[in-house]
Amino acid sequence: MPLSETDLEAIVLTLELATVTTLILFLVGTPIAWWLSRTRSRWKGPIGAVVALPLVLPPSVLGFYLLVTLGPNGPVGWLTQTLGIGLLPFTFWGLVVGSVLYSLPFMVQPVQNAFEAIGERPLEAAATLRASPLDRFFTVALPLSLPGFVTAGILTFAHTVGEFGVVLMIGGNIPGVTRVASVQIYDYVEALEYGEAHRLAAVLLVFSFLVLLALYSWRPDHTRK
Amino acid sequence: MAKPGIQARVRVQWPGFALDVDERLPGLGVTALFGHSGSGKTTLLRCIAGLEHAAAGEIRFNGETWQDASTWVPTHRRPIGYVFQEASLFPHLTVLSNLRYGQKRSQAKGQGQDAREARFSLEHAIELLGIGHLLKRRPASLSGGERQRVGIARALAVSPRLLLMDEPLAALDLARKQEILPYLERLHDDLEIPVLYVSHAPDEVARLADHLVVMDAGRVLASGPLNQILSRLDLPIRLGEDAGVVLDGRVAERDERWHLLRVACCSASLWVRDSGAAIGDHARIRILARDVSIAHEPKTGTSILNTLPARVLSLGNDAHPALSLVKLDVAGSPVLARVTHRSAEQLGLAPGMTVWIQIKAVALL
Repeated sequence: MPLSETDLEAIVLTLELATVTTLILFLVGTPIAWWLSRTRSRWKGPIGAVVALPLVLPPSVLGFYLLVTLGPNGPVGWLTQTLGIGLLPFTFWGLVVGSVLYSLPFMVQPVQNAFEAIGERPLEAAATLRASPLDRFFTVALPLSLPGFVTAGILTFAHTVGEFGVVLMIGGNIPGVTRVASVQIYDYVEALEYGEAHRLAAVLLVFSFLVLLALYSWRPDHTRK
Repeated sequence: MAKPGIQARVRVQWPGFALDVDERLPGLGVTALFGHSGSGKTTLLRCIAGLEHAAAGEIRFNGETWQDASTWVPTHRRPIGYVFQEASLFPHLTVLSNLRYGQKRSQAKGQGQDAREARFSLEHAIELLGIGHLLKRRPASLSGGERQRVGIARALAVSPRLLLMDEPLAALDLARKQEILPYLERLHDDLEIPVLYVSHAPDEVARLADHLVVMDAGRVLASGPLNQILSRLDLPIRLGEDAGVVLDGRVAERDERWHLLRVACCSASLWVRDSGAAIGDHARIRILARDVSIAHEPKTGTSILNTLPARVLSLGNDAHPALSLVKLDVAGSPVLARVTHRSAEQLGLAPGMTVWIQIKAVALL
């Protein structure tokens, strides 16, 4: 029972979105995680809470605010229009912005935990071995928190694949542009096409299981005896 | 004008802890920072390394300012080597990569180019610490002693101009300590750079130090050449139960038949068990106060090998009210003897008096 062309299109789009989101979050989330892991600022609490908000907020709430902010009358919408980019809602990049915000805690928290677990000592040792702060970050902090990065990457990717509410709010349902797999399944169910829904749902189920299996089986090299 | 040595004026104030030190430390040899845990010795070492940002004060090394009111040289720009209590090797790198980590960077920064200063090539460090067979291993597969040897070699491989060691043996059991101490002694004889060695273990201090800084509650109680400090009677902290002195001499003679060595210290001679040292080797001898007894006459008919004339310098109280510590001059070197107050009175010991000391045990360190 092969997948239909629209299904494949939706799956490819989903994977694209998840990949782009994960890559962007590696770049955006890492500095935030580093700051949160090392700062003694009184802003640590508030910033940490803001980063964690998507964990508890209904996706529709996040999607609603994004729609307003990115829309023609919102500040970001005004900015993107002024810059000649146009409006982001109901485009692929609109979905990316939403996914990045929505999956932010899934990137930041495992990486932050990994950074905190290193402690100060290896970084101090590196400093006494002539390594500058940036050098220490790339040659000691990053390699030692690699397990955290792998966890964060897998969780972010999988979480973006499983996204539904935010996508529906700011992406709508445009085939090939914003109609991801989860939305496609929703469409099938709305249209009472349960057979089609079953097929795509099974694909996502197997995919999610495999991802989590990989996550729970993986161990970094140097923690092995 | 570049003054050799380390000038450290440091003040640290934390809840429940204060460090207030103003010391000049020698620019050569091993200086032991000795004290109980919480005495501030590690904090002082970290200040010198630039690892304590909260510290106020001045740090100068051979006239170079590392810290004062307007200067802060970050740790990675200070020409130091640092050995942590736990080796703190990078677990994601092999032993060789750990050693190369600092070495590459110190070369890239042009430090370590001056041949006039004590320079350690990587090969020399590997050879000195005997870790050639471990290079391809990961830190997780090494024993505690091996790890610490790699840690020391890693610190030497950056060609430091000052070596800082923070209780490098404290985390190890006795057997591992015995494994590493000989390497540290080789370092002591080999290195031409000053070493600051933090320790609370009297035996390490006795074996390694040339200069002793005694710390307590964030302050320096006493500072000076090892023997001068060890033989002081007024110091609240002695090297614990092990009050005694350390003498440096040379191996002068070997008695093959009885497996003994004669060590010449100053103008006196002492017989010790043959350790296999070669004639002419530098020998460090430790004489504990409890092993020294005092008599009016040189005794005959005794099993004791070493009997020497001495002059009483001063008398002081020992930890127990029954005991007295007597400071004596033996051919120019101070030696401590522990006797009871009763014996001291019966012998009529007084400063200036000439007596004979019998040394029951002499340890060649």
